[in-house]
Parts: sequence; structure tokens; C-alpha cells
Amino acid sequence: MSMISYLKSSLIAAVWFVFLTLPLMAVKVNTLKGTVEWRWLNLLWVGMATFILSAVWRWAMERRQMGSADAASDETEATRKVGLGQRLLEDPKLNRPIIGVVVVIALLMPWVSEMYQVTIWVFALIYVVLGLGLNITVGLAGLLDLGYVAFFGVGAYTYAILNTRFGLDFWVCLPIGGLTGALVGVLLGFPILRLRGDYLAIVTLGFGSIAKIVYENWEEVFNGAKGIEKISRPGFFGVQMDIDAATTFTYYLMLALVVFTIFITNRLKDSRIGRAWMALREDEIACVAMGVDMARTKLSAYALGAFWAGLVGVIFASQTTYINPASFDFMLSAIVLSIVVLGGMGSIVGVVIAALVLNLLPEYLRAFEDYRMLVFGAVMVLMMLFRPQGLISNVRKTYAHRKVEAEDVHG
Amino acid sequence: MADQARKLLEVQELTMDFGGLRAVDSVTLDVRVGEIVALIGPNGAGKTTFFNCVTGIYKPTRGQILVHPLNQKTQKINGFKPNRVTAMGMARTFQNIRLFQNMTVLENVMIGRHCRTTTNIIGVILRGKKARQQEQETIEKSYALLEKVGLVGFANEFAKNLPYGAQRRLEIARAMATDPILLLLDEPAAGMNPHETRALDELIVRIKDTENISILLIEHDMKLVMNISDRIYVMEYGKKIAHGTPQEIRNNPKVIEAYLGEGGDDA
Repeated sequence: MSMISYLKSSLIAAVWFVFLTLPLMAVKVNTLKGTVEWRWLNLLWVGMATFILSAVWRWAMERRQMGSADAASDETEATRKVGLGQRLLEDPKLNRPIIGVVVVIALLMPWVSEMYQVTIWVFALIYVVLGLGLNITVGLAGLLDLGYVAFFGVGAYTYAILNTRFGLDFWVCLPIGGLTGALVGVLLGFPILRLRGDYLAIVTLGFGSIAKIVYENWEEVFNGAKGIEKISRPGFFGVQMDIDAATTFTYYLMLALVVFTIFITNRLKDSRIGRAWMALREDEIACVAMGVDMARTKLSAYALGAFWAGLVGVIFASQTTYINPASFDFMLSAIVLSIVVLGGMGSIVGVVIAALVLNLLPEYLRAFEDYRMLVFGAVMVLMMLFRPQGLISNVRKTYAHRKVEAEDVHG
Repeated sequence: MADQARKLLEVQELTMDFGGLRAVDSVTLDVRVGEIVALIGPNGAGKTTFFNCVTGIYKPTRGQILVHPLNQKTQKINGFKPNRVTAMGMARTFQNIRLFQNMTVLENVMIGRHCRTTTNIIGVILRGKKARQQEQETIEKSYALLEKVGLVGFANEFAKNLPYGAQRRLEIARAMATDPILLLLDEPAAGMNPHETRALDELIVRIKDTENISILLIEHDMKLVMNISDRIYVMEYGKKIAHGTPQEIRNNPKVIEAYLGEGGDDA
């Protein structure tokens, strides 16, 4: 499309919009004086804004279409063309310094910023681990899970109850929380083995809500809507810490956990198990026909996804020292799912970036708080239109064989 | 060869009902060691349903499916889950290609090795010596299979980007990765041009001869079927209507009628 036709169609859109908003934006009836005020300047702004937005929109859509046409006409060329994201990930010359800078910033963070900032970052890191966990279930195994928050709640309540009633230490509860999460994941997994797609999403959504209702109403165990308070912060060999120190400690703990999660999920991804998950996502019937045990593969995907949620649930409870059912509502599932989708299904780096962006941006854009959901929605729509595969799309894994691999092992 | 006559797969009186519809009606069929057996018939004759019963995707209403693996005792595999059937040594391909589109060609074949490898989650996380060895073996075997079907050059492409004929060959390689004793091919030549069909024809015979894998195939391409099959079964409306060597089938009046309709000799 030529420049002129862009402008022409944008002009038409602008005029049409001006006409539509005329009664709203231009006419102001003063009921006291019984006069009508005409605010023509407002219409000018509306017209200009529409014109610019429409032109940009058309240009972007055009570009996208040309992009996909290119890809279709020259398939091999398109697949060879490696995106900037992937190049940053794969080229050691580029990614080593980046990782170095990130590590230094992450380590120094608590010393240069206030406690409030550190707390925000702790929560952001909690979301990173949640995203990475859900990435196993949704991104790799393709099992849409809308009730992920339930496992997070299981971990948090496990620690809260064990700590306040039985006086168990944080470090004992951390693995217990993870394992309880995994166990609940398997229990949920059994009845829904046969479901897929939309049905699976609905059942998991229901499970998430059920979990919250149970926390709210089973007073004897979960203390109902009052929640559980006075949960201990993580200790460090009996060292007494004030709130500042404890938060900093939790921050480093989360940092270590993020690294640990990345390490484990990365190993899982490039393995026999990870490939079975991906095959399950791609085609269930073919996957089973190729000798993959569907029940076992699905359950392991649920269990491992839920494990991380349970684990950070414990840390969440210890960081806030107070939990109640309101912390575990559907919004949290929705946000974690958007992290996975925005980051790129199955991409570890993408999920980490998306988790940080989705959590930190709202905090640092407090000035625009009223428009938060509006911007969130707009970003989602734009992402789905222009980059449905997420920030960083699934990176192709190559496997070295024979001599190449032998050299790698020795070198 | 005394082994030649030994039965590998024995299907007795297999019946499959979908509600009131009898898709497969007491079909009996066997495949012997080192044989290529073809199952033909008009569209909707129940061939693919038969395949789905044998490979565990459907549970047959009646009948017996027996597998006689080499040096092992006979197993009745009715109602086995597909993955267990595959583990028994029966691997299949699909009529409408079912590759793992967003995985690479090599990864597709590596999935086939899944049921022959044992590394569990703990092993995967620790990545010990044994796990690494097994992974390396999987890679080597998968590359070797890709070489056999002529797809090594595409190893790191996404499966969805392969040309059609290559996708069909990849499905065969993936099935062979499960170390089968019997390969079940559902219309392997569908949609191929004559040139590709000839190459496929050679590939199937080569698999039988060099890998010692028996083959049961559904096919519409008569030239291919007549060329390579040792025996042919013909189905119509769920029933087996004929069985014999290609020569016998070619001259069987019932088969001619099924394919060309009544009064087929006019045509």
C-alpha cells in the first residue's frame, strides 16, 4: 500500500471518529443558562489522535502481513534468519557480558536501594519462579492450567500451619511445601488425564476456586478468612535479624532459588522427559503411539509445575508473615499465565523477562495507576497480534553427534 | 528359512462396533516374519479402524490380537494402551501425517527412542554418566535412522517445514526408532507423486530386508501394493472379502466388483 492510501484511509477514519464523538466531545449543554456550548478544539484533538493512531496501526499491520508473506515464500530463508533475541542467547560473546552485568546488579541491589524496593523485587522473583514452574505445565507439556494459584496456596498454607502450630523451621518446611504442592498436583492430575484444551482449562479453573473456598471455610485447619498470622521469617543458623536484614536475606534466597529453578528446568527441557512433554503438547495421539506413557508424562508435568509453586508458596508466607485466602485468588493464576504467554511458551529466558516486566513495571509506573489494567489489556492485544509466539519464541535445540560431541566432552 | 513361516501378528475375528455401526466385522489376519502384507479396500472399508484397534487407539469389541515376539511368549494385546503396544514392538505411522510440528526432525525421531530408554526425572536432573550415555546413544541412533531415510540434511529443521514426501519418510523413521518387529504403515504413499512413490517403494523393501522388520501396510496405490506385497488382504464394508498373493487378488472377481462396482467387467 502506498503512502497516499495510508493517509487517505486514516483521514477517513479520523473524520468518522470525529463525527461519532461529536455529541460527546463537542457539544456541552449548559442546563442552567439553557445554552449550548461548542468545543471545536476538542474535536481537533480527537481527529488528530485518531489520524496518527490509525496510520501507525495500518503501517504495522501491513508490515506484519509482508513479514508473513516473506516467510511463506521463502521458508528456509525465514528459518535461517535468527532473531536478535535468539542471537543474544546463543552467542557466548554477547551473552556472557550480559549475564555478568545482570548478576552484578542482582547481587548489589539490596545494598543500593531501600527496603521497599527490595520487597518489590522479592515478589518479582517469586513470580519468576511461578512463571518457570507453570512454564513446565503450560509451555512445555501444553496443559493449560488456570488454577495454578492453588498449588501456591498449598505451599503457603503448609508452611503457615506447620510453623505456627507445630513450630517447624522454615528450612524443614521448604522442601515439604514443594512436595505437598507436587502431591496435590498429582492428585489433581488423575481425574483430568483424559481432558484436553478448553475442558482442561475449565476444570483447573474450578480447582483453583475450590482451593480458595476451602481455605476460606475450613476454619479449623486454615483459620478461615482471618488468615494465619505470625509466621516466622526464614532463619539463618539462629542469627537474629531485624526486618530489613530478613528481607535482604529473603531476597538472596529468592535469587538463589531462581538460579536453581532455571538450572533444573533447563535440564528437564533438554532431556528425554522434556521431549516427551513437548511431544505431548504437539500431538497427543502420535505421542502415545510412539511409546510415551501419557499418564505418567502428564502427571510428571503437573507435579513438577506444582512443585515450584509449593516451594515459593513457603517463601511467600515467610516473607509476608501473614496469609489469608484473599492472596490466592484467580488474578494470580491469570498473571502467571500471562507471564508464560508473553514470555514465549517454553522459553526460560522469555518467562524470566516477562515476569520481571509484568511485576516491576506497574510498581515503577505508580503515577499511571488508574490506567494499569487498560495498558495491560492493550499490551496483551498487541502482543497477540504482532508477536503471538511471545517475547522469545521457542529456540530450536540442536544436538551434536559423533566427533563433534567427543571433542566437546574432552575440551 | 524355517523362521519365514512363523507368525508375528495374529488377529482373530476382530470386531469393532461404534454404537450401532459395525466398522470392522470379524476380520482375521496374520503377518509372518519377514513379510510385507498389504491391507486394501475402498474408502470407508474399515482399514484404518482395524489399524487403530491393533495399535491400541481403540479397544476392539470382540476378537483377539496376539503378538508373538521373537524368543518371548505370546501376548494378547487387546485393550493395551498404545504405548504398551509400541513397547511390544509394533510401531505405526498415520494416514494424515502426525508429526510433532514444532520440534526438530531429529527430536521427532528421538521421541521414538523414549520407550527404549529409561532415564527418569531424578536421572535427568542429576545428569549422571549413565543418563548422558543414554542420551548420546539416542542421538546417534536417531541420526543413523535419519541417514537411512535420507533426511540427515534436515536434522535441525522444524518438522513442519519439511516437504510433504520428507514428512512421510520422517514418520517412518520415527516409528523405526522404537525398535519395532512390525511396522504398520497407514497409506504411506498418500499424496505422493510417482517419483516419490517409487522411492518409498524401495525404502519399504529395504527396511524389510536390512532391518529385519515385517510390514503391514494400508495403501491405495495399486502399483505399489502389487509390487512389494507378499500377501494382500482385501476389506469391504468392514468385512474381509479376499486374501491371497498379488496375482490371486488381481484376478479375484469379488475384489474387482468391490473396486469397480457390479458389472465391473464392462468397465
